[in-house]
Amino acid sequence: MTTVAATPRFNTGRLKDVSFWAEWAAAIGLVLLVIVFQILNPTFLSTGNIASMLVAAAILVILAVGQTFVVATGGIDLSVASMMTLGAVGFGQAYSHGWGLTWSCLVAVAVGAVTGLINGLVIAKGRITDFIVTLGMLSAASGAALILADGKPVTVIDTTLLQLSTGGIGVFGWTVLIAAVVAIIAHVLVFWTRFGTHVLATGGSREAANATGINTDRIKIAVYAVSGLLAGLAAILLVARVGAAEPASNTSFLLNSVAAVVLGGVSLLGGRATIAGPVIGALLLTALTNGLTLLGVSQFYQPLAVGFVVVLAALLTRFQK
Amino acid sequence: MSALLSADGVSLAFGSVQALKDVSLTVAEGEITALVGDNGAGKSTLVRCIAGVHRPDHGTITMRGESLHLKSPEDAREQGIETVHQNLALVEDLTVWQNLFLNRELVHKMGPFGLLDRRRMQRQAREMVATLAVNVPAVGSRVRRLSGGQRQAVAICRAAGFSSQLVIMDEPTAALGVQETARVEELITKLRDDGRAVLLISHNFDQVMRLSDQVWVMRAGRCVGGRRTADTTGQEIVGLITGAIQ
Ligand SMILES: Nc1ncnc2c1ncn2[C@@H]1O[C@H](COP(=O)(O)OP(=O)(O)O)[C@@H](O)[C@H]1O
Ligand SMILES: [Mg+2]
Repeated sequence: MTTVAATPRFNTGRLKDVSFWAEWAAAIGLVLLVIVFQILNPTFLSTGNIASMLVAAAILVILAVGQTFVVATGGIDLSVASMMTLGAVGFGQAYSHGWGLTWSCLVAVAVGAVTGLINGLVIAKGRITDFIVTLGMLSAASGAALILADGKPVTVIDTTLLQLSTGGIGVFGWTVLIAAVVAIIAHVLVFWTRFGTHVLATGGSREAANATGINTDRIKIAVYAVSGLLAGLAAILLVARVGAAEPASNTSFLLNSVAAVVLGGVSLLGGRATIAGPVIGALLLTALTNGLTLLGVSQFYQPLAVGFVVVLAALLTRFQK
Repeated sequence: MSALLSADGVSLAFGSVQALKDVSLTVAEGEITALVGDNGAGKSTLVRCIAGVHRPDHGTITMRGESLHLKSPEDAREQGIETVHQNLALVEDLTVWQNLFLNRELVHKMGPFGLLDRRRMQRQAREMVATLAVNVPAVGSRVRRLSGGQRQAVAICRAAGFSSQLVIMDEPTAALGVQETARVEELITKLRDDGRAVLLISHNFDQVMRLSDQVWVMRAGRCVGGRRTADTTGQEIVGLITGAIQ
């Protein structure tokens, strides 16, 4: 009933159409969640909680955007979280060897971009399935992170980095603004550049894209490099948030990045994608965990709730035209 | 009749399968040239060589007397060779206008970057589609929603646009109903009337006899003969295809 009131422009015919609901599943889900949590706990929509939710969502948003590019080509990147971990460890090593903040950040991004590039090259040139290659990279990058860090976290105490994780403009933390800029650039890339069209064409029909002369190998390599680069960027935000570079496995980030993409209505078969969808998906997942925590629900129930929501969204997308 | 394109001694093997053996044929300017043969005779493979998808092991492909070294479909398109592939090389998830301009996108240049000029592409796509004899879909609709005939029309429209000189069509009516076939045939004739050369692969003898000016016959990877359509009969062509006539 709330949605009807909020969207008087849509005629009721569209509201009876299942594919309409499927397309907007993430947005509607987010609105419903917010309403329910706000009723159950009025501090949910307090400025402080909104700010902390957005900060908590920033890393996931960046990873989900990278994942979206890959999924749009019909692939999947199972190594996003491991690349982020490796990027964070690279950052920690550079920082502890006195390279300074700027160089450490560049190292994190470069480590991510290069690992992503390797994914793409092996997939495109080696003709091996995306799933297998990135599964291998998931393990290899985590291993490399453990070796490089010798299994130990490196504490990073840097005032600028602390500013990054705590400061901001109004309710928006710096990390939130970084994530927003990433999402906007990604949106422009997908919908307003030849690259974006070629990404969608590659996912839609690789053969057809090839026949028009699109170098689909290059597109594949590029999307994995983008995913790696964004994982490297996310690594910086992770180090800023934790205050240390840890060789920890961040499996929940991997699962949530795929979940956000699915919630966002992006087809895992490739060929169709938006950036807004996965971003809203990431916000929804963050709001879900945050709300459950606020309500004092045990942490153990959170993965269960996430799994339930994702499968529900996947069921809905079956009705998407 | 002057030759626009000629293939000379083209051979191509896929591993142990010799798909093309020393194939030579010509396509004349302003004519519809038909290419017929049984399934697996090598017609699509030959066409893919001309379209730059495959590179022949031996032999040359010449256009207006100049030999072409096609490394990619893009090279062929630059030479004015456009192809409507057998499996319909359209991306179903993209719109009609996106397909018409695929890898030919118009952009607003801004230094090294370019933003898509969506409006201009949509307008030009409407103009391109309006020239078709087929009842046309809105250019903003996704190809997935189109009928078989409409898809074929869009594919032909893309091949016919962009000042192409040779339009290759690999079994363009194989999957179509009677009415849709008639419409697509109109489009093919219209291309010739516009002065373009058409290389048409077809299994439909009636269609070949009605539309074409020249027929080439392939059997088991070889080009076994060519006839002026006016000087031959369906029976002779069938004989060449089956090998009854050597
Ligand atoms: N990409 C390929 N890889 C391996 N063999 C192929 C390939 N394309 C075609 N062939 C083989 O080449 C032969 C000719 O095929 P094709 O050109 O498709 O015939 P037609 O179009 O005349 O039916 C067939 O034996 C086919 O199996
Ligand atoms: Mg064929």
